[in-house]
Amino acid sequence: MLTKRIIACLDMDGGRVVKGVKFKNLRDAGDPTECATAHARDGADEIVLLDITATSGNRNTLLGAVRSTARSLFVPFTVGGGIRCIEDAAAVFDAGADKIAINSAAVSEPALIGRIAGRFGSQAVVVAIDARKSATGFEVFVAGGRKPTGRDAIQWAREADACGAGEILLTSMDRDGTRSGFDCELVRAVAEAVSIPVIASGGAGSARDFIEVFREGRIDAALAASIFHFGIENISQLKRELRDAGVPMRWPC
Amino acid sequence: MIAIVDYGAGNLNSVKKAFDHLGADVSVTSAAETVATADKIVLPGVGHFSALQALDRTGLRKTLLQAASADKPFLGICLGMQWLFEGSEECNELSGAGIFSGKCRQFPPSVKSPHVGWNSLTVQDDSRLLRGVSPDSFVYFTHSYHAPVQAETTAVSEYGLPFAGAVERGNIFGVQFHPEKSGDVGLSILKNFCEL
Repeated sequence: MLTKRIIACLDMDGGRVVKGVKFKNLRDAGDPTECATAHARDGADEIVLLDITATSGNRNTLLGAVRSTARSLFVPFTVGGGIRCIEDAAAVFDAGADKIAINSAAVSEPALIGRIAGRFGSQAVVVAIDARKSATGFEVFVAGGRKPTGRDAIQWAREADACGAGEILLTSMDRDGTRSGFDCELVRAVAEAVSIPVIASGGAGSARDFIEVFREGRIDAALAASIFHFGIENISQLKRELRDAGVPMRWPC
Repeated sequence: MIAIVDYGAGNLNSVKKAFDHLGADVSVTSAAETVATADKIVLPGVGHFSALQALDRTGLRKTLLQAASADKPFLGICLGMQWLFEGSEECNELSGAGIFSGKCRQFPPSVKSPHVGWNSLTVQDDSRLLRGVSPDSFVYFTHSYHAPVQAETTAVSEYGLPFAGAVERGNIFGVQFHPEKSGDVGLSILKNFCEL
């Protein structure tokens, strides 16, 4: 049986893992390679590393972290942040990533999705969408949540799917780092609109939140950062609770 | 030496890295002569079945078929396993190696495609490649087409229907999942291949 994935996300700034609340107030959470291997040992089904500042100046810092993390990681490894063209993607794959996540660049140039998918396969292209509730639905934000686009998140997810994306990584900005639960309404709307797997992100606080999003959100994977870094929720314990609640899990792992 | 065949289909780093971790002597190569002289061959690959056209173009197809008929240890991973079959609906005009019978097909519309994530394997007792892998182990898959279950299937997985997770005949092995991304279970499978 295909299991639901629990993904640990590392937000990286200047070579360190950090975690904020609603994309602000960053706290240091450790070294990326150490965090990634510890999470994998603890049962994470996948690791995502996002360079959240992603200025051209720290590309080498990112590639160094990817290389060092990839060397000791034997679960799927996704890297995102500042990937603007196929060459950026190629450098990240070359450093050892299995998948890349693109966000802002895909919004401004959707054809980039197909170009990267054409060379590395759709399975290697994750389109990350940061969305916030608006008066009319959910609006897409880019540039690390700083820039509103006026675009509807559900429509954009559908377009990304049509362009050749392999998965959607959907973050609720309203819930990010709040530990108040996933935004099941947003997650479900996107999951029902696309044919590819959707990863829910933003708001994980307890095992109950994961159970709720897998049941209500109809998704394939859920991602969290803060709760895992600071040891609030132990991944193997979380997976056991989910399995006991009837959510298919890779367990023991 | 184990040759990892580079024919431009995706990222071979992770496969090499996993063998490096196991201390194996591996070489990523696109040269037919290197492949021909290797002790063992790994044919990886992700993406579209048409990517396998490169094997025909570069003359690697002939080298790989010769190695397989000489029963040299051969491991096809993901697209590399699909190549061992007769072909795929994904690209009807391209033939596979035809070492295993049947054609790769799409998943039924009742399930999302691609099939991405950790799925369980029902392993046959007599598999040499999967020796020591416990009956309901989980491994990582990412693919849109699947190979049929047939007599030489050594592990079955289910996603909308039962499909071949692994095949083997003599020294020719194929796995639809990614052992290099399947944690300790995957590494133990690669170790079995190294120790053949």
